[in-house]
Amino acid sequence: MTPLPETPAKALIVLGCPEAPAQQALAFHTAYNLKKRGSEVLIAGNPSVLNLLKVSDPEKHYITDTMVLEKCIAEVVEKKRDCDLCVVFAHNDAAIAYAATMRHLLPERRLVVIIFGKNPEPLADEINFPCEKIVDKAVHNPMQLRTKINEVFGWAVSRT
Amino acid sequence: MGCIENLKYEMILPLGASFKECREYAEKNFKEVWYVNPGYKLFDEYIIGLPPIALGIEDGKKIIFPYTKPCHGTYLLRIEDADEVERVRKTARKKK
Repeated sequence: MTPLPETPAKALIVLGCPEAPAQQALAFHTAYNLKKRGSEVLIAGNPSVLNLLKVSDPEKHYITDTMVLEKCIAEVVEKKRDCDLCVVFAHNDAAIAYAATMRHLLPERRLVVIIFGKNPEPLADEINFPCEKIVDKAVHNPMQLRTKINEVFGWAVSRT
Repeated sequence: MGCIENLKYEMILPLGASFKECREYAEKNFKEVWYVNPGYKLFDEYIIGLPPIALGIEDGKKIIFPYTKPCHGTYLLRIEDADEVERVRKTARKKK
């Protein structure tokens, strides 16, 4: 039986443009599952996407630590921030560029790139660096991509 | 707002482009091209992208480089700054 991956002590979730609604749902789902299992979770993104998260979770049940993406990258470059797991949500070329940057800056860390949106396959083909890819044509409906994410991380499917 | 957005820049590819298109454009249209990795500091900001990141130099005083924002995509910008050009020549590499 394939052993389940260890729970990362520190996880960094990088979010792209909030244009595709599935991202926010799956960001919450990913953060929730990592936190439940004991990970410290930081979510980085642009101010718009962070504000969407904060408005959605005013009591910070799921999202406790956030950081503007540029600041996060600066801290990683300056070796002030590290993580065991980096998850990048990508539905456009810009986000692939951020994923590539994280790969370069965190060469030894586990990197999972979740590629979604209307046309994820060409974006996935742009990735020429080592990482785990989860690819799904999800824009509004997060369910199938949630299943794939659960499989990659070894999380049991919730019945709620 | 990033530091670069406060500078006097010109958009070379105003409709945006993929990262690969920006690299190919720089390599094809500028005789002097330098390469850097993500995390390289340019105009006091850390550049992001798929390595190798191509920086074009024009007239010895202008830098052409890709600039990415999550919701807007990647743009190829031109900024005039002779001092920054000299710094790139000293710290970037010629080979991919």
